[in-house]
Amino acid sequence: MWRFILFRLLQAIPVILAVITVTFFLIRMAPGGPFDGEKAVIPEVRAALEAQYQLDKPLLAQYSTYLGDLLQGDLGPSFKYPGRSVNELIAAGLPVTAELGLYALLVAVVIGGLAGVIAALKPNSAQDYLPMSAAMLGICMPSFLLGPLLLLVFGIYLDWLPVSGWGDIPGDKLLPAITLGSTYAAYVARLSRAGMLEVLHQDYIRTARAKGLPEWQVVTRHALRGGMLPVVAFLGPAFAGLLSGSFVVETIFQIPGLGRFYVQAAFNRDYTMILGTTVFLSTLIVLFNLLSDILAAWLNPRLRAQYASR
Amino acid sequence: MLSVENLSVSFRTRMGTTRAVDSLSFSATAGSITAIIGESGSGKSVACNSLLGLVPCPPGHIDSGRAMFQGRDLLQLSKRDLRSIRGRDIAMIFQDPMTCLNPYMTIGNQLMEPLRYHRRVSRAAARERALQLLEEVGIREPRRTFHNYPHEFSGGMRQRVMIAMALINEPQLLIADEPTTALDVTIQAQILELLAGLQKKRDIGIVLVSHDLAVVSDIADNIVVMEQGHAVESGNRDAIFQAATHPYTRKLLASIPQGSKAPRSTGSEPLVEVRNLCTRFGKGKNVVTAVDDVSFVIHRGETLGLVGESGSGKSTIGRSLLRLVEPRAGQVVFDGQDVTTLAPAALKRLRRRMQIIFQDPFASLNPRMTVHETLSEPLLLHGMAERTNVAHQVLQLMDSVGLARNCARKYPHEFSGGQRQRIAIGRALATRPEFVVADEPVSALDVTIQAQILELMGRLGREYGLTMLFITHDLAVVRQLADRIAVMHNGKIVEQGDSEALLNAPGDSYTRKLLSARPGKYPPASPQF
Amino acid sequence: MQEIATAEIAREPGGRSLWDDAWQRLRRNRLAVFGLVVLTVFISLALLTPWIAPYGYAEQNLDLGASPPSSQHWLGTDIFGRDLLTQILYGGRISLAVGFIATAVALCIGVLWGAIAGYLGGRVDAVMMRLVDILYALPFMIFIVLLMVVFGRNLLLLFLAIGAVEWLTMARIMRAQVQSLRQQEFVEAAVSLGLSPFSIIRRHVIPNALGPVIVYTTLTIPNVMLLEAFLSFLGLGVQPPQSSWGLLISRGAESMEEYPWLLLFPGLALTLTLFSLNFLGDGLRDALDVRGAGD
Repeated sequence: MWRFILFRLLQAIPVILAVITVTFFLIRMAPGGPFDGEKAVIPEVRAALEAQYQLDKPLLAQYSTYLGDLLQGDLGPSFKYPGRSVNELIAAGLPVTAELGLYALLVAVVIGGLAGVIAALKPNSAQDYLPMSAAMLGICMPSFLLGPLLLLVFGIYLDWLPVSGWGDIPGDKLLPAITLGSTYAAYVARLSRAGMLEVLHQDYIRTARAKGLPEWQVVTRHALRGGMLPVVAFLGPAFAGLLSGSFVVETIFQIPGLGRFYVQAAFNRDYTMILGTTVFLSTLIVLFNLLSDILAAWLNPRLRAQYASR
Repeated sequence: MLSVENLSVSFRTRMGTTRAVDSLSFSATAGSITAIIGESGSGKSVACNSLLGLVPCPPGHIDSGRAMFQGRDLLQLSKRDLRSIRGRDIAMIFQDPMTCLNPYMTIGNQLMEPLRYHRRVSRAAARERALQLLEEVGIREPRRTFHNYPHEFSGGMRQRVMIAMALINEPQLLIADEPTTALDVTIQAQILELLAGLQKKRDIGIVLVSHDLAVVSDIADNIVVMEQGHAVESGNRDAIFQAATHPYTRKLLASIPQGSKAPRSTGSEPLVEVRNLCTRFGKGKNVVTAVDDVSFVIHRGETLGLVGESGSGKSTIGRSLLRLVEPRAGQVVFDGQDVTTLAPAALKRLRRRMQIIFQDPFASLNPRMTVHETLSEPLLLHGMAERTNVAHQVLQLMDSVGLARNCARKYPHEFSGGQRQRIAIGRALATRPEFVVADEPVSALDVTIQAQILELMGRLGREYGLTMLFITHDLAVVRQLADRIAVMHNGKIVEQGDSEALLNAPGDSYTRKLLSARPGKYPPASPQF
Repeated sequence: MQEIATAEIAREPGGRSLWDDAWQRLRRNRLAVFGLVVLTVFISLALLTPWIAPYGYAEQNLDLGASPPSSQHWLGTDIFGRDLLTQILYGGRISLAVGFIATAVALCIGVLWGAIAGYLGGRVDAVMMRLVDILYALPFMIFIVLLMVVFGRNLLLLFLAIGAVEWLTMARIMRAQVQSLRQQEFVEAAVSLGLSPFSIIRRHVIPNALGPVIVYTTLTIPNVMLLEAFLSFLGLGVQPPQSSWGLLISRGAESMEEYPWLLLFPGLALTLTLFSLNFLGDGLRDALDVRGAGD
């Protein structure tokens, strides 16, 4: 098992390296630089700035310098916010995004999982149609539509909840978390329903019933473990999706998180910020995928045996 | 002890209502084994499942009947009462132990579950009892394997675990639904012996469901024969085997492959010569040698029976001969040419003369091609017909395999298993090959259909002058069809020779083991019907 | 003799192919039929837009400004007085086009890639799927954002970028299908008959692999449309003067307090389309999922 983990960690490194390289060269190749803003910049000042940020050196040299800095954990200075480094900005935005993501994930897994299991217990009944219709709505109504709608209804018309901010007014975390989590709750609900339905048709469930166990025990002790496997497998992609979804949600609700910084950096061509955030987020995603794989293997003894023998 | 009266169960779907069980009556007494025999669709499994309320209702529906057990009608019990009987007074074991055990739980936990739930014993006590039972059913090293998962056991061992799990609460009645169908012949014999032994020791009643009369003839005391949902005949073992009255029972008895092939005159030259054939799968550490240095000869016009259990490599030999899998080493000489080294063009020409019939009639036909398309494909490919005149040959082919002409444009899923196998046989014989590999062609079919297909193959073999390699695990079948027999075990041929000689006086110990494990030692009356 | 035989076979009752079965099952699924109908209507509207739109695309009416639905403007107008219905029709053209075209791109690349890798197996398969695995691990959303920022907001690039993301899963699905089919006995039978690999792929493998591919394609289109809307919402996708539903929603969200219809109607259009595609996809999945009625 440990060998498997180590192996996958090693596999992750070239991926992260590829991300860094591709991003780096992509950005540098873009037309326009960080200093091509609205204000015209005098050539001498520009040259001085470029020298300061080492933009005048050849591309490969910049690359290797960057890698060197990266290994020391230094993501470089921000162009748009002079005097602040990328590390600082990430450190400022990360806790907010992480909290938002966590709540959204909880919404997704708990509500979605429950809905799916309940639906699977009585297929083709009202108990099934209601949650699944809600799930379909969640899939077909993207966060950038749901968010404003919820804002409109609860924030403006009913005036029950605040419309922006994070942590300032009590209750301002509710709408963003629900908005971000709803689409994933919908996917989780469908996955858990499909997984449970498939498991409930297996022969070993009949064996459990033949042993005389009450239905709730059959479901929780026997069916749940196998039925939730597709959900666990989905956690990796869900995490990636939540991160990118945060771009939109943070924009709508004015939340000072990493996602909003990233979008702004992209517009402002803040090289180091874009690069740093991309590297950081990508590493997180890769690691989370690995975690999700490990979790799936831990839950499935047959998979464990396969991995152990490699 | 158990008395079923006029049980009727039907299934209601959008397509209509089907009666799965129709006024079935039988009884099982303590201390005896009652066997319920029937082919697929006879309703035997549905009947037994409905006794314990395991048939999903809807779409199932119990129309009528009573099932009296210990003075109570099982069919009228509330869910709670039924649950208290399940796993405690009446236990059930099923056909495929791999899918019937929870793959995510250790067998120890699964074993203890019914005990702890019904009798509320402590975990430690349950563990002790479970270990005792594991030993009783013949699992070695119960303490170590207690924490293993089902996939770490072999098929036979898993079935033993299922039996242990069923018996752990000392039930009075055990219902066994085709418990040995998924197992190899030698393992089957062991499990049947175990069941019979446990029955005697604990003096319980067993209801044994099977499609195989031979299996049942060795251990059953009473037999009930079912067809299309009703019981057509019942009686004790002697009555059924010696003096069956109902035509369906007689048909079943007659379908048991019996008799042997008349020895044919030898003296023809070899058509297929296999020398030192070696086929491997996998790479690196996971290499499996399926065929290990195998040599044999098949003469023209002869049928060689290749017998072995699952995993013996017999199917792989069949596929290697036709280069459906590439052999690692060795030669396959067909009419003077080495098949293993042929270039693609020459191989294609040769394929016209060598064909194969597969085991699973559901999987061996392209579901999106009609019968006509399937049968005409080989004819068109090898230039034996043009598009304009292929229909004539297709119809003739359908006649010779016993398919009605009006099915020509139907699709495989519209036929029964036996009919599909006829299509597959037709496809194999379309190019008038000289050599046919038949890989367990009747193993997936019901016993009465089996007899028909075997008869068809025998007849066509004679008509076409076929040389055949008949692969099977069923010794009775091979006796009926093969001139010579080769026995395989773990990738090697352990013995080969003339059918009668080998079957009457086996030389190798494994052959002897196979022969003695074969069910059906209780002789049915000789077929004079 | 031959002609009689040919005629005899032609006369025989045709069988019920698996496609027939699937179509029957699909027809019975009311939600799926609903989705199909709505989709057909929307696609027709999109195709006919230049002829049926009530107003010109850029036609402004500054005196009117933003106004709620009325008899002249069925869905209202935006702050420049442009008719919202027209905007939604034109926006739909782009959104649907992106959806279908990008999916078609993903389909072509993915199906070929997966079929080749699946059938040839061995080293070719290992190399091809390694590439897919590595690309799969890259966080694509981030890259697309990057691409859009870097190379400007080019519609063609948008198609390609989205297609480039979606082909991966298509390749995996196709490969899994082909691999499992390759081991099916009827494919082995075809080999034993002497058919060439090309013929086998054409006649035996592809027709049987199409099922999941069709289902996945129908479910990819809404994902692609969502992706485009997402990017447009962030300002990174379709640019004015072109319009798409994502862009309309974005603008509508900005002024939703005063003019809620600017948000609601484009949102409704998008949601309805996504509903239809998803219902249809689900229905197709249920209809095609059976291996043959013999069970």
